[in-house]
Order: sequence, then C-alpha cells, then structure tokens
Amino acid sequence: MNFEPHPHDIGADPGAPLVDLPGHSSRGRLERVLRRGEFAITAELNPPDSAHAEDVYERAKIFEGWVDAINATDGSGAHCHMSSVAICALLTRVGYSPVMQISCRDYNRIAIQGNVLGAAALEVCNILCLTGDGVQCGDHPEAKPVFDLDSTSLLAIVKRMRDEGTFQSGRKITTTPRIFLGAAENPFAPPYDFRPLRLAKKVAAGAQFCQTQYCFDLARLKAFMAVARDIGVAEKCFILVGVGPLASAKTARWMRANVAGVHIPDEVIKRLEGAKNQKAEGKTICVEMIQALREVKGVAGVHVMAYRQEQYVSEIVHESGVLSGRRPWRRDFVPKMQAVEHLS
Amino acid sequence: MNAPLTPSAFEPRGKRPPPFRWPAVRLWSVRQAALLERVYYALEPVFVALGPVMARIGFGRLERPVAALESAIKGALFDCRMCGKCVLTATGMSCPMNCPKNLRNGPCGGVRGDGNCEVYPAMPCVWVQAYEGSRRMARGEHIRDVQPAVDHRLKATSSWLRVVRERTEART
Repeated sequence: MNFEPHPHDIGADPGAPLVDLPGHSSRGRLERVLRRGEFAITAELNPPDSAHAEDVYERAKIFEGWVDAINATDGSGAHCHMSSVAICALLTRVGYSPVMQISCRDYNRIAIQGNVLGAAALEVCNILCLTGDGVQCGDHPEAKPVFDLDSTSLLAIVKRMRDEGTFQSGRKITTTPRIFLGAAENPFAPPYDFRPLRLAKKVAAGAQFCQTQYCFDLARLKAFMAVARDIGVAEKCFILVGVGPLASAKTARWMRANVAGVHIPDEVIKRLEGAKNQKAEGKTICVEMIQALREVKGVAGVHVMAYRQEQYVSEIVHESGVLSGRRPWRRDFVPKMQAVEHLS
Repeated sequence: MNAPLTPSAFEPRGKRPPPFRWPAVRLWSVRQAALLERVYYALEPVFVALGPVMARIGFGRLERPVAALESAIKGALFDCRMCGKCVLTATGMSCPMNCPKNLRNGPCGGVRGDGNCEVYPAMPCVWVQAYEGSRRMARGEHIRDVQPAVDHRLKATSSWLRVVRERTEART
C-alpha cells in the first residue's frame, strides 16, 4: 500500500503552486486526481461566523489526508458567513486545495469576474458555479436577490475569461485565471428527465466537474447516470455525487421539509427510526451509499456534506474503503530528499 | 445598436407573482405550446418581410407602440416581463423571467417534489412547465441551447422589433 501522496500532488513547499501538467486547465490537485482516474473525495467546510483565520484552519484540519478538495460554501442556505473567496485564500496559503463557490444570488457579473481574477491570483484552482438558494430561506429574507446571471451563463463567462482571456465585455485580461470549472446538479428534483440535459448544457457552457445534491435515492441516481452516459455527458464531465450522514430520523425529516432540493425517501427514514443508535446508522447508510456509488459507471467521486458532523468525514471515508490505500495530500507530509530535489 | 436607454434597475412589470387562483392563462399557453409555436413561426417571416417598411418609418419611432402592443399580448398570454430578449420558443412557451431567480437555462436545484417553486411554494416551477411545453413543440429541442447572460439594457424594449431590425440590417 502506498501511503504517500502522488508525486504530482506535492509542491516544493505546502503553499507553493504545483508544476504544470499538459492538458490540465488548472494547477489544482482536484483536477489531477480526477484526470488520473482516481475516485475523488471532496468535502464541504462549514464556514465560520467569525473574523478569525484560525477558525477556518480548525475546520479544514479535520479533513486533512482524507479529501482531495475542500468546498468553501458561499452563503449556503442564504445565510451570512465568512465569504468563500476569503476562506479559499486562507486555505491556499497553507497548501489546501479549496473549491471556491460562487452563488449568482449575491453578486452581479462585475463583482463575480473581479472575484474570479482575485481568487486565481490567490492560487484558487477550482470554482463551482451555482445559482444559489433564494433569499427567503436565509437569515436575511429582506435582502435584494441579485440573479444577474444564472449558473450556466456564469460558467460560460468564466470559461471565456480562462480560454479567450477576455471579460464578458470583450475587454482583455493580461493574465488569465487557471481554473478547473465546476457546476452543481440535482438529479433528485423535478423535472427528472430534463436534469441530464441541463447538466449537458452546463458542460457545453464550460463545466468540467459536477457536484450533486445529497444522494439518498440510488435508483434515481442510476437512472440519471444512465442518461448522462448515453448523451455523453459523463465522459466530458467528472461527476461527484453528494453524500452525507443523517444525524437522526428527526433531522432527516426536518431536512426533507426545510432544505431546498433535498430528497430523502421514506425507507431511509424508517431505517433510521428502527436503529438503536440513529447517529451510527446514519453513518452506516452514508458509508454504504459511497460504496454503492463506487460501482456506478461514470461516477468519478463523492462530495461529502456532513453539516455539523464534519468530524466523522475521515471515519466515513476510511470505512467506505474507496480510497483503496491512496492517501490524499496532507500538510504534515514531508517529501523525501530526492523528491524535493526533483521539484526544485 | 441604438436601443433606447432604459434604467436597468427598473422592474417593468413588478416581481410579485400573480395570486395563482388557477387556472392561470400562462399555464394554458404552455399546454398550447405547439399551436403558439406555429403561430410564431408563421408570423415571424411576415414581420421580417415588413422590415424595410419599418426601417423607412424608423425603428426608433416604432419602438414605443410596438413594445406596448407586445407587452399587452405577451403579458396576457405568458405574464411576459419584457426582458427584451425573448426566448419563449426555446423555453416551451413558459417565460423564464417569471422564475424568481430569473433562470434562463433550466431549473434550479430547489424545485419541490410536487414540481412547484422553491421560492413561491404555490407556484408551479416555470422550468417544469418549460420542459413540458418544449416536448409538445416541433422545435422543442431548442431548450438545450445555452442562453447567454441577458443584456439588462434591453429591458422594456420590444423583442419583436429587435429581431426584425437585426434581420433587416443583416440583409443590407
């Protein structure tokens, strides 16, 4: 078994950018792992309601050595937290590989394009383009929703910034942002037949990877993947399926009723209710789901969203065994002398 | 292009959804998507043929009356928001600007299990309707076209007149 990170994933020192690889649009670890054909793991960081950098590092540390990239959510659920770009900038300083999220709810195209350049300058390599939850579900329902762009037109704009070196206006960019572009999809919300086509639109607009909403319904995911494979989307885009542990049947019921776009079948809730230890059962369900997803053709990895249960992510990934001995990059890893010489 | 300068922060028809005492006309329009599509593609060449005449009168002079006419007709049929860049033929005759998130490329991930809107639980999702409408249409596959970001300067201007003007200018 190989417990060292892949040599391509190691920089001269933790905060330094990695060497360029041909055919890659970014210098990020997530793209490398996916293009090598490895089953990728990403996790969602719960952003702090604080102005202290240490709070971000504390929350990132528990994922270390278990995930290939960390998503920094951008006002998820329309709640105010530390901004995604700032979290990502803090994370890249020490070598983590963050996925910056941009929600069209909060910024217009001028702010977004500026943020993309800033993020790229701060060594952020992955951007996930989202529409964003409506303001009605957050802590500021009185806010003005922006929605100047939608996630698909946003993808097209960032792709153009990267590949053609121009803003949407056509004005030139002197150094283009090296970005691995992501989109979200929810195969578990109607109109079900349109979902794969919508992902195809996003891929046409520029999406290179996709992270889905929570998957608790394997049959529906398989149906979605079958169409995605048929129309050739699964081969043009790395699909990471969203998973997460449910803390209890009560939480599951609450999520189903109150979190937009989350679909939890009754059988899952019944299984949780019947368990002696609901929390442990929730974890087991998540582990089993990851193992099942590993076998679905076209699934390139999983995106673990363990809201307020982040401490269990490492256990879940470990128990699922999907890393098969692979060890994602970690901060405390010290490369051997030859490797350092090779890199410098 | 000399579109009249309209303040883009101005919401021409307001953002409040109709009270949804069903049946609403715009749901009827989605059910009649095939018919409305035929009507549109029949009338489009007629308008385009009139382009040179309109050019002589002056597109600028026609803007206000045509926009008022378009707003009245499409307002009644589709709850049109006069975005100025009409994509109804690519969205199953369901106006995407009625989506509270103004999504022009497909539904968000928040669509409820019953096919209703995340933001207004009593309103059927504009994009669930759009997909149903597109399947009734002869050229329904246009729902797969990627729509670019909307130009907010076009708000409240006539989409019909813009199409005619662009075609006329392209020919000359």
